[in-house]
Amino acid sequence: MENAIKAPDIIREVKRAGIRFIVALPDRVTSERLLKPMLADPDFRVVQVCKEDEGMSICSGLYAAGQRALLLIQYTGLLDSLNAMRGVAIECKSPICFMVGLLGKEPGVPPKQAKRYGIRVVEPVLDAMQIEHELIETESDSTKIVPAIERAYERLAPVVMMIGREPAR
Amino acid sequence: MMKRDECLKALARRRKDEVVVAVYTAAQEWIHISPSELNFTFVGAMGQGSSHALGLALGRPDRRVVVLDGDGSLLMNLGSLVTIANAAPKNFIHCVCENGTYETNGAVAIPNRGKVSFAGLARGAGYPKTYEFAALDEWERALDGGLLKEDGPILVDLKMEPGEKYPEDFRRLYNVEYRDAFKQTLAKA
Repeated sequence: MENAIKAPDIIREVKRAGIRFIVALPDRVTSERLLKPMLADPDFRVVQVCKEDEGMSICSGLYAAGQRALLLIQYTGLLDSLNAMRGVAIECKSPICFMVGLLGKEPGVPPKQAKRYGIRVVEPVLDAMQIEHELIETESDSTKIVPAIERAYERLAPVVMMIGREPAR
Repeated sequence: MMKRDECLKALARRRKDEVVVAVYTAAQEWIHISPSELNFTFVGAMGQGSSHALGLALGRPDRRVVVLDGDGSLLMNLGSLVTIANAAPKNFIHCVCENGTYETNGAVAIPNRGKVSFAGLARGAGYPKTYEFAALDEWERALDGGLLKEDGPILVDLKMEPGEKYPEDFRRLYNVEYRDAFKQTLAKA
């Protein structure tokens, strides 16, 4: 099995994509090695939210103000916020960039083959809503991050980067 | 109790270059009362006006952002009060158009109508300043006293009832071409 992606590589790529605002709810997959370092990083302004749908709208407002943002949440929050995804991200053509922790997915197992029902349905739900998605799990996946974010801004459409396991230090 | 159009006209008369985020019936009337490319109405889903406004306020701290939220809308996104208080944008004025109903959806009363204190909720969430106005002259005096220039976040509960009717223009409210025009205008401002 390929090594887990390193958290500093994710953070480096997020910065390389021009993102300075992080809008976040804590998720066990990403809290320790992504969110906490981002909270301490002066290059980022982290906006902590109470619910994922408001996070989408904050990112949408930031886009209208000419800023790039990343929404860092858990897959449960993504599923909880599908109407905001429909209205805010898709119908309003907002390039909202998600990093979504797949809490409980087994390392190396494709999301559709995970034991947990909630994880198995994430990709089919995104496909049904015609939302681009990428699995970010192994070292070589770091090269997917900047192109995924750039495509979102080119297409004025959301992109979901699924974090398949806790990143390495 | 203020008539909504009179309340909005009072704000429009004192508007300078503020970004105004408006939702539902207030938005339908605001686009006629104070037409501007800096009107932002593209909130995508009910309850999301205050959160869009927070993104705008954080992204452009040099511009004042006024939200014309609804009471039913705010009830759908109460957590945003905590988020906004925590982010603490000084350029953020959160007006709640309290008509006590889901007016766009059949004018059914909101839960616990008349007993909910939106100013109280905001104070509890950590807003440093809140106001309540039920009389037009008091609202106008506060505006003339510089309310729009005070440090935010501020919540202003405007107790109102429907006034003059304005034609609905869903295209202006929701078409993305107007959002893009807003973005371009704001970028140049």
